Amino acid sequence: MKKTLMKGNEAVAEAAIRAGCKCYFGYPITPQNEVGAYMSAKLHQHGGVFLQAESEIAAINMVYGCAATGTRCMTSSSSPGISLKTEGISYMAGADLPAVILSVQRGGPGLGTIQPSQADYFQTTRALGHGDLHLPVFAPYSVQEMVDVTTKAFDIAEEYRTPVIILADGLLGQMMEPVSFDDEEVIEKPEKTFDWVADGHMGKRKKNIITSLQIESEELEQTITAREKRFEKLKANHTQSESVNCDDADIVIAAYGSASRVVQSAMEMAREEGLKVGTFRPVTISPFPVNAIVKACKNAKKVLVVEMSLGQMVDDVKMALEHKIPVEFYGRQGGFVPGPQEILDVVRRLK
Amino acid sequence: MPKFTRPNALADTPTHYCPGCTHGVIHRLVAEVIDEMDIMNTTIGVLPVGCAVFGYNYFNFDGVQASHGRAPAVATGVKRAKPDRLVFTYQGDGDLAAIGTAEIVHAAARGENITTIFVNNTIYGMTGGQMAPTTLPGQKTQTSPFGRDTEKVGFPIRVCEMLSTLDGVAYAERVSVHDAKHINAAKKAIKKAFEIQMRGEGFSIIELLSTCPTNWGLTPPASLEWLKENMLPYYPLGVYKEKQELTKGASK
Ligand SMILES: Cc1ncc(C[n+]2csc(CCOP(=O)(O)OP(=O)(O)O)c2C)c(N)n1
Ligand code: SF4
Repeated sequence: MKKTLMKGNEAVAEAAIRAGCKCYFGYPITPQNEVGAYMSAKLHQHGGVFLQAESEIAAINMVYGCAATGTRCMTSSSSPGISLKTEGISYMAGADLPAVILSVQRGGPGLGTIQPSQADYFQTTRALGHGDLHLPVFAPYSVQEMVDVTTKAFDIAEEYRTPVIILADGLLGQMMEPVSFDDEEVIEKPEKTFDWVADGHMGKRKKNIITSLQIESEELEQTITAREKRFEKLKANHTQSESVNCDDADIVIAAYGSASRVVQSAMEMAREEGLKVGTFRPVTISPFPVNAIVKACKNAKKVLVVEMSLGQMVDDVKMALEHKIPVEFYGRQGGFVPGPQEILDVVRRLK
Repeated sequence: MPKFTRPNALADTPTHYCPGCTHGVIHRLVAEVIDEMDIMNTTIGVLPVGCAVFGYNYFNFDGVQASHGRAPAVATGVKRAKPDRLVFTYQGDGDLAAIGTAEIVHAAARGENITTIFVNNTIYGMTGGQMAPTTLPGQKTQTSPFGRDTEKVGFPIRVCEMLSTLDGVAYAERVSVHDAKHINAAKKAIKKAFEIQMRGEGFSIIELLSTCPTNWGLTPPASLEWLKENMLPYYPLGVYKEKQELTKGASK
């Protein structure tokens, strides 16, 4: 298949169009503006709608309304903007609405920096809005994987009736890599119909209501547990991760997204020195690949978690390993991406 | 004598509105217009957070419940996906003129081809009667127990006047539902707005002065009287915006 050089943000937009995304609603924020720019130039060519909203709050609520009609749609933003979207995401989860949300992390808190960061792991996996909810989150590490998870995300969103999050960062969004798509051309997909949508009943069915309001506790509890059952099924079918050189590894380094790219290089350098080092990389950070990391670490004496934050995923790693293996952390903050040599030095000290 | 029957678009369900609350009257007007235009099958209502939150149960067309203040954005999403449907928002004054000010202003400015049914009862009904952006100067509420002091908390927002400055607005009218004559006029206004939308002419808003007997602490008849005496002077009725080129095709 032909390869094209693309920025991560543009590649997500192109993959979304190819997946049949018909509406995009967004509000400008660095480092993800290429998504909106790409959509505004291309989406109409495929019968779609690009609309720049007055805020991230409006954008996510437009997505909510659009998704309520059963139309494939998405939004994208970065840290401060994702904070604003969280109420809307919670409503979408509560109303079982499918859509794709791309979060391209920058450094925080507050206005922080536009440099890449992984400081929103907690926000994305734990706190995308109030209420009892689990949302699927993909954390790709390359431009090609951004394309692959985007394609998948739209299908999963509809199959499980849930918002699906793609968590990237400024580095992945901005860097260019060769990517290929399944087909040479955009193949227009027939519009799907669903029995739950609020798109005007045409006198052909009973009216549908899209709402997250369930005032009776019995009813709400039932809905929440039914939704969680779907999430359990999603967990069984779509939890994804990658382990490299873990079988004989004394030290396993766990990292996701951009950090995992550097970790990969550090591991190769360590192997050249004869150090038995492997890597573990979750592709879904929610559901977290618990079984896979336990397996990857079965011979490990120590686990090192590397993140571009004060340490957030490290909690999930510790929980997954149930504190049976010592877990160390190394992180950089404020928009710094650690270098491979830096990580190698930490690994040497662990020995 | 014509028989008084339930409009098809209105569901055969008891509502949760307090006795004498005019939310019910407004629901009925919307349903009657939808019947007359024969568009129930292609209508999608966007309901707010507020006393009308359960509104979707009271109509026989599809309904989408929006988060507090965001109904115009939600309706935008619905309408952009399904441009040939009738899409309206139904919003209270707290919803529209406080938390949702940005969304209503920008839907109007975009000329979003939707209709907003704006219920102005000068108070936050659902949460127990706090001061709203539309609370009148001197009016007592739960959070303005000594009367709204404009020196400290500023002045009410006149929504139709404000929105009528925007080029995207095709139609803006303020009506009232305090007596039969005004109820008839209110129905005509709603119909006109829906027709404007069906012709694709842009954003329309009908502001309805409405009562909240419960939180005003008045009987239903006294509430109607209070509306007439206090709200009409501050919120004059009338057409605030009508795009010139629209007037020809519109219903009388
Ligand atoms: C984000 C958010 N803030 C506050 C509330 C609580 N709340 C529910 S209804 C309401 C006020 C509604 O008043 P209004 O829009 O005037 O409608 P009414 O009830 O008078 O019809 C508020 C503040 C909420 N549900 N969500
Ligand atoms: S609280 Fe007020 S607005 Fe709400 S239903 Fe009762 S009377 Fe009507």
